[in-house]
Amino acid sequence: MITDLLKETFWSLSGNKVRSGLTILGIVIGIASVITMVSIGQGAKNSIESNIESIGSNLIIVMPGSSHSSNVNQGRGSAQTLTIEDADAIKASIKSVKAVAPEVSKRYQITTKGNNTNTQIIGTVSDYLIARNIAMDNGSFFSDMQIKSSAKVAVLGSTARDDLFGAGVNPIGQTIRINKIDFKVVGVTKAKGGSGFSNPDDSVYVPISSAMHFLSGDDYVSDISVAAVDQSSMADVQEQINQLLLNRHKISDAGLADFNIMNQNDIISAATSVTGTFTILLSSIAGISLLVGGIGIMNMMLTTVTERTREIGLRKAVGVKRIYINLQFLAEAVALTFLGGAFGVILGWIASHAVSYFVSSLSAEISLSAVLLAFGVSASVGIIFGFYPARKAAAMSPIEALRYE
Amino acid sequence: MIKCENIKKIYKNGDVETIALKGVSFHIEEGEFVAIIGPSGSGKSTLMHILGALDVPSEGEYILDGKKVSKMNDDELSQLRKSKIGFVFQSFNLLPRTTALRNVMLPLLYSGIPAKEREIKARKALKYAGMEENKFLNLSNQLSGGQMQRVAIARSLINDPAIILADEPTGNLDTKTSQVVMKTFQELNAKGHTIILITHEEEIADYANRVISIRDGVIEKDITKKK
Repeated sequence: MITDLLKETFWSLSGNKVRSGLTILGIVIGIASVITMVSIGQGAKNSIESNIESIGSNLIIVMPGSSHSSNVNQGRGSAQTLTIEDADAIKASIKSVKAVAPEVSKRYQITTKGNNTNTQIIGTVSDYLIARNIAMDNGSFFSDMQIKSSAKVAVLGSTARDDLFGAGVNPIGQTIRINKIDFKVVGVTKAKGGSGFSNPDDSVYVPISSAMHFLSGDDYVSDISVAAVDQSSMADVQEQINQLLLNRHKISDAGLADFNIMNQNDIISAATSVTGTFTILLSSIAGISLLVGGIGIMNMMLTTVTERTREIGLRKAVGVKRIYINLQFLAEAVALTFLGGAFGVILGWIASHAVSYFVSSLSAEISLSAVLLAFGVSASVGIIFGFYPARKAAAMSPIEALRYE
Repeated sequence: MIKCENIKKIYKNGDVETIALKGVSFHIEEGEFVAIIGPSGSGKSTLMHILGALDVPSEGEYILDGKKVSKMNDDELSQLRKSKIGFVFQSFNLLPRTTALRNVMLPLLYSGIPAKEREIKARKALKYAGMEENKFLNLSNQLSGGQMQRVAIARSLINDPAIILADEPTGNLDTKTSQVVMKTFQELNAKGHTIILITHEEEIADYANRVISIRDGVIEKDITKKK
């Protein structure tokens, strides 16, 4: 019985290759498009998240608060309230802190022989490498000695190096001119990938003392990066910094604090809400593709069965029982949807990998739930619309079915 | 073998009732070759559907080979058609894009008979129906009208049915092929098969030994030829 059923299914599908092929194609495209859409979305989401991670791990950033004079509030970060001493105090008195890096940053025009660019100059200390997850590619970062002596040395980000000297050129020992003052290049950082507006690759690092003496001309810092030893101590560290700075700045009311503390988790949660919106967008696109694919499958199945009503009538007339006719059409629908589904998953997989291959910034990730969803929906649509009309046709009297045009 | 007692068939379409058969009674014995003849609208197709267990009468009794058909349900009718009746249709009704051999094997589906045996039976039936052996594996759409009807006849024979029911079997064939097909039926009859032929053509009905004429849902004439 079962071999009969399988044989009939096989013959019936292989006997009409165009019809079966088109049905399978509809299913393949439906499934593949959903899988590809979702995996591209997932990949985009992951790359946004890893970009945020690359800013630094367990990072807390202390920024100056807004300055206000005669009741006119300036923007946050505009005040000059944080100093190197604040940073030293944090490092000295708070446990669970791995690195503290005050920084002074501003954009300047930088020139070399023949080239120039406008980029971020970051005056900082060696802890910056730890706090911001930066690694050296070439040469070395400036030492504490060089910071103390306000040495005129600079470390280039890889993009800044490319802009000033050309890709792959070793600039160590060369001179760059920032704000009409010559700095000697001592190192190049490893490329890290963009992370928003402040691209660590497109920056030039100088000792913080040199930045203060030669460039900004004052004692205030733009912000202080603090790296906690681990994720769990971040909240505690943040609170301690808050207390310490309130004491140091002699502020009793926490609401009037002249600084802000930003936690990397805040940034991540903001970004998560962005990627959440992104996910909703992609899900709706996937949903629409699924709907369109489903309607395609439904059409194909309905046409097929209608076209075959006479065949159903004949089978009934020669005495094939209704249940076997039902089973055969069910088996055909299952075979078509599963065949199509399998090809669809493979095609979706290939397409997602092709996207990752050609768009290097995006590594598409195939999600199992998308595969299951796409497969499940198209299989149920295919089976319902392949089986239900066939069931109706099999319930017809054979005379009616035979006369059906 | 076949007993029809006062068979009536009434079709209802909304409030309109159409009486297709107004009480038809006759017997057919084993080995007969009967033609049921009548113009369109006479009720002969309705009678054929009832004889072929494709439909049940509204009133009256139909007994085939000792079995009361009138009260059967869908699956019982299927079983009966499978074991007792071979159909030959006007439009052949072969499975499209399917070999002659597989078409003939269709009624053996789900019968539990091994595949080898099915093929032997089907080949035998095809030969019996006068099909050339080199056409056995041709697809149904590559066959001529006469060949298709032979395949259909072979299919009707495969289960060794009590009766062969032919509904206008020559309706789609030219005169010469019609003659060949009708000769085939005569040969089958000579070998002992009971054949019921439904037609509206006198000359086709002439091939049979007994002619039942139907008009307006009643039997008009029932003439048995002397052999």
